[in-house]
Amino acid sequence: MTTAILVSILMTLVAASTPILLAALGELVTEKAGVLNLGVEGMMLCGAVAGFAVAFSTGSTMLGLLAAVMAGVATAMVFAVLTLSLTANQVATGLALTIFGIGASSLIGAGFVGRTITRLGPVFPAALSEHPWLRAVFGHDIVVYLSLALVIGVSLFLRRTRPGLILRAVGENDASAHAIGYPVIAIRYAAIAFGGALAGLGGAYFSLALTPMWADGLTAGRGWIALALVVFAAWRPGRLLLGAYLFGAVMTLELQAKAAGITWLAPELLAMTPYLATVAVLTMMSLGRRAGRANAPACLGKPFSAS
Amino acid sequence: MLEWRRRREPSTLMLWLSPLIAIGLTMLLGMIVFTAMGYDGFHAVESIFVTPFIEPQRWPDLGVKAAPLVMIALGLAIGFRANVWNIGAEGQYIMGAIAGTGVALATHGMAGWWILPAMAFAGVLGGMAWAAVPAFLRVRLQVSEILTSLMLTYVAVQGLYYLVRGPWKDPDGFNFPQTRMFGADQTLPAIMPGSLVHLGIPAALLIALVAWLLMEKTTAGYAVKVVGLAPAAARHGGFSADRVTWATLLAGGGLAGLAGLFEAAGPFGQLTPQFPTGYGFTAIIVAFLGRLNPLGIVFGGVVLAGTYVGGEIAQTTVRLPQAATGMFQALLLFVLLATDVLVKYRIGWKVRVA
Repeated sequence: MTTAILVSILMTLVAASTPILLAALGELVTEKAGVLNLGVEGMMLCGAVAGFAVAFSTGSTMLGLLAAVMAGVATAMVFAVLTLSLTANQVATGLALTIFGIGASSLIGAGFVGRTITRLGPVFPAALSEHPWLRAVFGHDIVVYLSLALVIGVSLFLRRTRPGLILRAVGENDASAHAIGYPVIAIRYAAIAFGGALAGLGGAYFSLALTPMWADGLTAGRGWIALALVVFAAWRPGRLLLGAYLFGAVMTLELQAKAAGITWLAPELLAMTPYLATVAVLTMMSLGRRAGRANAPACLGKPFSAS
Repeated sequence: MLEWRRRREPSTLMLWLSPLIAIGLTMLLGMIVFTAMGYDGFHAVESIFVTPFIEPQRWPDLGVKAAPLVMIALGLAIGFRANVWNIGAEGQYIMGAIAGTGVALATHGMAGWWILPAMAFAGVLGGMAWAAVPAFLRVRLQVSEILTSLMLTYVAVQGLYYLVRGPWKDPDGFNFPQTRMFGADQTLPAIMPGSLVHLGIPAALLIALVAWLLMEKTTAGYAVKVVGLAPAAARHGGFSADRVTWATLLAGGGLAGLAGLFEAAGPFGQLTPQFPTGYGFTAIIVAFLGRLNPLGIVFGGVVLAGTYVGGEIAQTTVRLPQAATGMFQALLLFVLLATDVLVKYRIGWKVRVA
């Protein structure tokens, strides 16, 4: 009995963590290349609505996930053109992207409110995925395993590969990277696209796996929490994994408290916890300065022009 | 071949022309996008960008919606000038309304000229208090105000839900999640009898004028600009970046709080879960459209108010969904950021060097 409860809590925790992990991992790569994209929430919402619309129309969750990735990349490209090619302010453009994502997703999603689809199912056969305790390891859907593989992949890419080193060089010192002959703008385009793809996928995880349905503002600020997580992780993929699962734990706690019918604390006050936790975590990161901003890419948020 | 050439100095002409170009391009783009989506794109754009401004019966509504946008954007723009990115104005707006409503509920059934000023004072303090958290965290602990101010918006929204569903629920309200209606002395007086036009509109204009004088004619305004443009020079000049951060965040929070109280004591007349309408986010667009200049912001506020009023018109004339308003607003900001390239660059013919 206790095992069953523990396993079920763990499953909820992993599910709650996955979309933030994906979005934050994408943003981490973008920021490592020196670009601050505040539009994560907007890209997630576009991914969520595109994923749901395609999954509902075609009946295929996989096509939905693919559409979400493409929607994330498409919106990220708008940001990239504005900030890289037209040298617009990154903070303002990121905000614009979020406002746009809220409006566009609500407009597209209006026809899908109240519709349901088949939830994204587990990868492994029922013998494993429905086993009382083995399901803690084998009971997840493909996006969960993909997100974990991506953490390892991004970590190895940034630390062990030549392209990863070049991407970091562009983020640390764009002028020098340009002087050596690396295509700074092209690399940043690629990093922004990767960030958009993962944000889109993370958004679709809400509409295809967690809820599964469409509602306005479905992601409820998770994109902003993902941005905070990158700071918390000090731009390290391993710590990002830890941070995302910690946040997942906070949210699971909130859900469990609601389910347990706790009455002395109003549900609205419980719903504040992820946001208050984010502020608290950002504050603590600043107190422990050594690992904090000291690790931020030196060119983060600064515009670059070759001429 | 055409090419972009960097101007030696940013073009002042383009700085003011680009918002107008952006509005024109947004109308064109909007027409294309909404036609492609199967709506009557031409009349949608006409309803949103033309009708609210040419039909005098729409002007009161235009003013009512522009007033909070202008007030919030004025505070935000002062911060943006100093590179202080307060994007949680929506939360400060809600907290101002909550604080002011607290006074209104405490004075329920009373009468007196002093009640409304007390509510406004509480509103300003409520907004300031909510902005003081990111200010403190940034000045003392170097925590980015972008994320903290935004996170606190979600907290404020939940706080509002909690109050209207719990302790502040109207005891005679048939269990609806809303507070009591405000009394006569707790409501903003209408300055045009029989309309919604309230004191907030002249107040917004007055504040814009004061903000313009402050930013353009005083040392304090100069300090804000220097801290934003050249932090190193500001240090040498003896301007404290910390004080500017505090001042701009408190000003932004206070103005957003006052706007929230005006909205609660004006068009709403009570607090309901529908109170957060996103003015705090739309005001960001207003600030940029107005070039972070207080007088420009009045213009920007009227244009964005038009998208709200026109969005409602378009809902009936061409059955455009309500969400289209947000799309048009975001599109406008995107296009504006794109056309701003003309401020820094000009288009010229590439000369081939033989």
